[in-house]
Amino acid sequence: MGKESYDVVIVGAGIVGAACADAFAGRGMRVAVVDRDVIGSGATAAGMGHIVVMDDSEAQFALTNYSQRLWQELHTELPDDVEYEQRGTIWVAADEEEMVEVRRKRDYYQQRGVAVEVLDATQLKEAEPNLRDGLCGGLLVPGDAVLYPPCAARFLMNRAQKRGARLRLGASVPEILEGRVRLSDGQEIVGDIVVNATGANAAELTPGIEIKKRKGHLVITDRYPGFLRHQLVELGYLKSAHSVARDSVAFNVQPRRTGQILIGSSRQYGAEHKEVDQIMLAKMLRRAQEYMPALGCMSALRVWTGFRAATPDKLPLIGPCPERKSLFLATGHEGLGITTSLGTARILADQVTGARREIPVEPYLPSRTIADHVHA
Amino acid sequence: MPNEIIVRVNGAPVSVPAGATVAVAMMMASQPCRTSVTGEPRSTLCGMGICFECRAIVNGIPHSRSCQLPCEPEMDVRTDE
Repeated sequence: MGKESYDVVIVGAGIVGAACADAFAGRGMRVAVVDRDVIGSGATAAGMGHIVVMDDSEAQFALTNYSQRLWQELHTELPDDVEYEQRGTIWVAADEEEMVEVRRKRDYYQQRGVAVEVLDATQLKEAEPNLRDGLCGGLLVPGDAVLYPPCAARFLMNRAQKRGARLRLGASVPEILEGRVRLSDGQEIVGDIVVNATGANAAELTPGIEIKKRKGHLVITDRYPGFLRHQLVELGYLKSAHSVARDSVAFNVQPRRTGQILIGSSRQYGAEHKEVDQIMLAKMLRRAQEYMPALGCMSALRVWTGFRAATPDKLPLIGPCPERKSLFLATGHEGLGITTSLGTARILADQVTGARREIPVEPYLPSRTIADHVHA
Repeated sequence: MPNEIIVRVNGAPVSVPAGATVAVAMMMASQPCRTSVTGEPRSTLCGMGICFECRAIVNGIPHSRSCQLPCEPEMDVRTDE
């Protein structure tokens, strides 16, 4: 049997790998995708599926805003099981200090063309009656959405396959070589370029890149239709999610179409085990109940963990891997991989094909991290 | 303790022997405990709190396992839609 040969070999069939496969195949390239497990088995299946515009940095805003627009363009084509719903996000302000942040955030989004609405305490209570009394208000971002990520990844991969992409599941890749990948059975698949899209595991395949695992917990409840309407995130999230050093929890709840509620979130470094950490879980649920006391009366069906692919500057790695001729990276999306998968795929395909770029790609180039590191 | 207890199942009074579970009251009233995602009526199966098929709304609390709850006078029991 001869070696299989492709224009692009993608390692990792999570939502980022699937979106990349779809984008490359859509440009007429011959694509193969290899995954040791099934489609979307890593962070894709573990995360919430929040399509959200973020403003931690200009580059993060550009990529999330661009990606959200791509989801909005795509959503009429998504199958029913993707459960895409434009629920909107409310960033909840607990005190006056956080209301100052609400107004700053409003100005930032408005100046960049994103529709937002400031809610006072009364409007917040009307929008989400199950929030506790005494909160100050919030910022509604109506364009944000929720979806079910594994089915979204499967849709993207199936579309790539219709466009000719080959998918090989259950095949682990112990090594990426120059212009080819080696499978554990010794077989090699040749590609003009190879894309490492293995999320939090990316540094195992490409030593030296700055990806760390950041563990998270999620809880899903039984069905309580009508209890929650929007994705709710505490503004204190900005303090906890962006602290790169400490373990943290934040109030972050998402309504599912079934009436179920996803309850998050936690962030931990240096926790490599998949086991549920009861102390973190208890902290996370206590935090959630501080905002929504009635959550405490609900029955939870499952608790699980997952690993985000975190980078030091909180931006993904998208583009050629330094000092490697044929290797590209598409990883490091932290908690935003579902949102930014579509934008990632577009700008990676733009880089490879030399197409016109719709947003500047420089902030995401893997070379920038290494340069920063050298100067540090 | 009286020998018979009256509870309301989907609004209608049902008389059950003292010590009967809510699941029994729902069966006596011929009412399903809950409705599945696909709209099927469901009722108690295992009778020991494991299968979760007997979830009902008891005194306003959804997803209560009716096979594990003894009836109390004037209890309000509803099919969990």
